[in-house]
Amino acid sequence: MWPIYILNGLYFAALIFLISLGLNIILGVMGILNLAHGSLYAIGAFMSAWMIVALGKGAPMFLIYPSLLSGVVLAAFFGLFMEYFLIRPMYKRALEYQLLITFGALLLLEDVIKMIWGGEAYYASRPFDVLGKIHILGNPYPAYFLLVMIMALIAGLLIWIFMYKTRIGVMLRAISLDREMATALGLNIHKMGTFAFVLGSALAGLAGALVVPTTPALLGFGMEPLILAFIVVVIGGLGSLKGALAGSLIVGQTRSIGIVLFPEIELALLFLIAAVILVAKPEGLFGR
Amino acid sequence: MGLKKVITRPKFIIYLFVILALLFLPRILSTFNLILFEYGLTFAIAVLGFNLLLGYTGLLSFGHGAFFAAGAYGVAMIAKYFPGLYSMEILIPSALLVSFIISAIFGFLCVRHTRIFFAILALALSMLVYALVFKFYYITGGSDGLYVKVPSMFGMTFEGIRRPQFLSGIYYYFLLGVFVFSFIIMKGIVNSPFGKALQALRDNELRAELIGIRVRRYRLYVFIISGMFTGLGGALWSFINGHVTPDVSHWVFSGEIVYMTLLGGFAIFEGPIIGAMIFTFLKLYAMGSTEYWMFIIGITLIILVLLLPTGIAGGFKKLADRIRE
Repeated sequence: MWPIYILNGLYFAALIFLISLGLNIILGVMGILNLAHGSLYAIGAFMSAWMIVALGKGAPMFLIYPSLLSGVVLAAFFGLFMEYFLIRPMYKRALEYQLLITFGALLLLEDVIKMIWGGEAYYASRPFDVLGKIHILGNPYPAYFLLVMIMALIAGLLIWIFMYKTRIGVMLRAISLDREMATALGLNIHKMGTFAFVLGSALAGLAGALVVPTTPALLGFGMEPLILAFIVVVIGGLGSLKGALAGSLIVGQTRSIGIVLFPEIELALLFLIAAVILVAKPEGLFGR
Repeated sequence: MGLKKVITRPKFIIYLFVILALLFLPRILSTFNLILFEYGLTFAIAVLGFNLLLGYTGLLSFGHGAFFAAGAYGVAMIAKYFPGLYSMEILIPSALLVSFIISAIFGFLCVRHTRIFFAILALALSMLVYALVFKFYYITGGSDGLYVKVPSMFGMTFEGIRRPQFLSGIYYYFLLGVFVFSFIIMKGIVNSPFGKALQALRDNELRAELIGIRVRRYRLYVFIISGMFTGLGGALWSFINGHVTPDVSHWVFSGEIVYMTLLGGFAIFEGPIIGAMIFTFLKLYAMGSTEYWMFIIGITLIILVLLLPTGIAGGFKKLADRIRE
């Protein structure tokens, strides 16, 4: 069974990677920790699930997978609104206010989700069911999990290429390295901030859209992944993309193996690892 | 400052009048509102501790719910496992001990960091408490929580007395006494050389270190003191609520503690207390009037941050300054 546990760990890691990547991009470029990030993830999940339910059972295949993207788009839109109305006035304010405004946004968005989709659970398992199972070393394994891993890999690669090979990516990295210098060189920090925020939100929405075929969307859906993403950020270092990757691999594998070996203290184990890393390297694995 | 100078200050006279007025509160308010006020008092003790960390040391913790829960569960566990020891004079010190242990462990990890890293780390660690309370349900009662019965106090037992009666009687005066005591202690800490050192450290860490303040150690002390105050608030809260659930260790509750502090205004010593009171009433009435109470709380918070960043106390102070001119 061990190959399956490792694969499960990679699957967890893929989802958490997408969430923490978004969180880290926003954190790196804007210096703002978005406490409502989990809600954007939940919005992605609800929208995609709703879309698939609305398409009905008879919908053709080529419509089903693209409809998952609706969650990404909606999360990006919410991110755009949030950045424009809430985050933008906060740039020059103290940290407390920046955190509290995203906390306010979290409370707000949780109830907005309740208003739009009601309090009930949304099941949308069709994308998961149609892919069926494949055999890996003699063990059946859902093919959809592999698809999620591939999607996360592609998203991670695209972000990496974007950040390191394109002009905008270089600008974003310049801002996260030295804000004042970047401003002095004439970069439009506000525009880039908006862009980073929307990108991060879209990644959260993507994670939500990908997870919803495997588990029903419920109220308060984004809370647990958000905490895991925070642990990833702490392990990997604030604002570091490499850190997000390494952190989510550690978190994913620890969860998967922890659930098998010590189901009761699986999360405590994760914290223990995080604590050891922090005592040895206080700024996180790839932090500055 | 001599005693005579203290008691002739206008602020002292205001405090005295407020406390005198509070003594008569059970005769004025209905039992429902009085109990709500008591909730507010326990939160006020908690945010008093929280603000030592935020307002005076400049560290924003999004994990103070863990210490609140430590105090509350400290009480509830004794109720369940050592019923023979279930009296106030044992409960309060043991709740303080539990919150001391937890805040010392968390503090050790957190105080190496500042700003966002500190906030995330405190938040994540508090969620560890939440997860453990959930997972070890055969000890902690899991999501059902634990029942907290009416305690005996200083040799008096309250067998057969219903909780509202207990709460609106002797417990109110006890709570008020503890609150005044914590207020004085905290005021003393803030005005002591230690408190001044903290403010120096908040304003400029490097400068504070250069004049010989041991930054990390001081932060650890503050973290522990702050955690213990919050734990005391949690312990006192558990008697009012009669029931302790893991919700108080969830980071959303920690966020509410931050909210209370900012609502009142963290730059002013009394601000968070006012914030705790207003928040308690605001939340309950919002919950009573609509299903979407989180929406109301969230909108209020956003408007507050955008328009009144110094909080209610700060707003009043500004107003008073303007009138004086």
